[in-house]
Amino acid sequence: MTEYQQLSWQGMWKNNPAIVQLLGLCPLLAVTGTVVNALGLGLATMLVLIGSNCTVSLIRNVVPSEIRIPVFVMIIATFVTIIQLTMNAFTYELYQALGIFIPLIVTNCAIIVRAEAYASKNPIQYAAFDGFMMGLGFAVVLVLLGAMRELLGYGTLFDGAHLLFGEWAKDLKIVVYESENPFLLAILPPGAFIGLGLLIALKNALNDRVEKLFTEAPVAKTVQRARVTGDSI
Amino acid sequence: MTLLLKSSPHLRKKRTVSDMMQLVMLLALPGLAAQIYFFGWGSLIHIGIAMLVAVIAEALVLEIRKRNFEKAVKDNSALLTGFLLGISIPPFAPWWIPVIGTLFAIVIVKQLYGGLGFNLFNPAMAGYVVLLISFPVQMTSWAPSAELAMVSQSFNDAVSIIFTQFSSEGYSISQMRAGVDGFTMATPLDQVKSNLLNGYTVSEALQAPTFYDANSALSGLGNGWFWVNLLFLLGGLALIQTGVISWHLPLSMLAGLFAISSVFFLINPDQASTPLMHLFSGGCMLGAFFIITDPVTAATSNKGRIVFGFAIGVLIYVIRYWGGYPDAIAFAVLIMNMCVPVIDYYTRPRTYGHKAATSAVSGKGEAE
Repeated sequence: MTEYQQLSWQGMWKNNPAIVQLLGLCPLLAVTGTVVNALGLGLATMLVLIGSNCTVSLIRNVVPSEIRIPVFVMIIATFVTIIQLTMNAFTYELYQALGIFIPLIVTNCAIIVRAEAYASKNPIQYAAFDGFMMGLGFAVVLVLLGAMRELLGYGTLFDGAHLLFGEWAKDLKIVVYESENPFLLAILPPGAFIGLGLLIALKNALNDRVEKLFTEAPVAKTVQRARVTGDSI
Repeated sequence: MTLLLKSSPHLRKKRTVSDMMQLVMLLALPGLAAQIYFFGWGSLIHIGIAMLVAVIAEALVLEIRKRNFEKAVKDNSALLTGFLLGISIPPFAPWWIPVIGTLFAIVIVKQLYGGLGFNLFNPAMAGYVVLLISFPVQMTSWAPSAELAMVSQSFNDAVSIIFTQFSSEGYSISQMRAGVDGFTMATPLDQVKSNLLNGYTVSEALQAPTFYDANSALSGLGNGWFWVNLLFLLGGLALIQTGVISWHLPLSMLAGLFAISSVFFLINPDQASTPLMHLFSGGCMLGAFFIITDPVTAATSNKGRIVFGFAIGVLIYVIRYWGGYPDAIAFAVLIMNMCVPVIDYYTRPRTYGHKAATSAVSGKGEAE
């Protein structure tokens, strides 16, 4: 595998920040009530991740290792502030819906882990791609979980897409079924925990199945018998 | 009297899991009968739906897990889960309420954890809590007791309400729930709670028709609910008599609830209901004898059972008094289910021939 393929495989599947490393659970569980909220936070996290990875990679030979963590945090905080102000300006309602969880991207461990573990040791093109793939992996899980919860809770998909994409996106809303009684458990935090657990289980099950496909059947052990008494069997 | 000389084992009762579960259901029948008498046929229909869904769900999941589903389905444990969940659901709730609750209880709470004997949480109560927090309106629509209802209901009405939300004569649920005075009736615990929130005292709250009955010596205990609880109590005592459950769990839970409610009643009788009312309202007796005694999810040693039951009793009062919900059996049971490993760890019984462990943490005294 080339480095890029390796990075994609790690970010999207093998080392997925959300369902394998279980990093950034707080926003993951808190804002995935609907697809649009999840997508908004997923995109924001991805942009921060790309930005911080690039910057960290650029300055990796300049920063003394003793103070690297505070420097990384400052860089991440800068990018989060940029994203936050941008969302405040262009997608105000989504900004309000996501609330405290946009500034809290700073504390998302997935970002500082990538800065520390990958970006501070690799050249910028790889670091940027790693940020993109990790961010994408995180966003995909966020959107999946959001879709599960929105579908069960409200019976819709992409409700409120205009908050993110503008007025035309109002037509994106899909009503799967009408319900007067929202299934509150799916929308409340416990639903997020249960949903995430099911996603992890699904991922592990798929993993097992794929691995079984690719590994050859183990060769039956043949034991050479040293001594044979009587007739050989 | 002839003395039998026999070698061990001396225990001669061959009681399978399936027999035990069956017995639990049988002895809950008097309480169920009272519930049906006072609050209509709805409970029976809910139990039917829940039991059916429980068995189908159990069989399906076991088939997917490639287990011997015939044996597992025959042990009646899924039936019992459905039965207990069905009893707990208000009689006017629509049909999909028991379906969702049972599916969650069997598939997620029981089978995903490994099936009978491996589940951490009481399946029926976990299913109930899911329903209660997901559908608060449907899950609190209790009917007034039959003598107080403005509209009397037949079996057909109950079927029709559960499947269409209207009785066969076209009354809506809120009309069916109305009492003789035309107001929607609440359960006694609900009534006291909302009256206290509105600044009344308990004795004023007890004047409401849910409680008040000039002709009865039982006035103040909640119409109907007292009898339901009494019959569950009798069924539960019979259950202890048959040896299916030990007395430790129910007694300690009732003691816990009685103790803490007495303390608060003595301190402030205006704001706290009487201990007797706490013991005989809501799902108290059903919980004490039929729910917390689930052998899988309760503590295992006798000492542990006493701690477990007592803590549930105290928690029930705490949640009823300070919490947002009028009744609390299910929440208390789930919270204590989480504590069971710790309780079991600290209440390990002394092994015969060994000294009691001086400290469970260091494990001294265990070896030799």
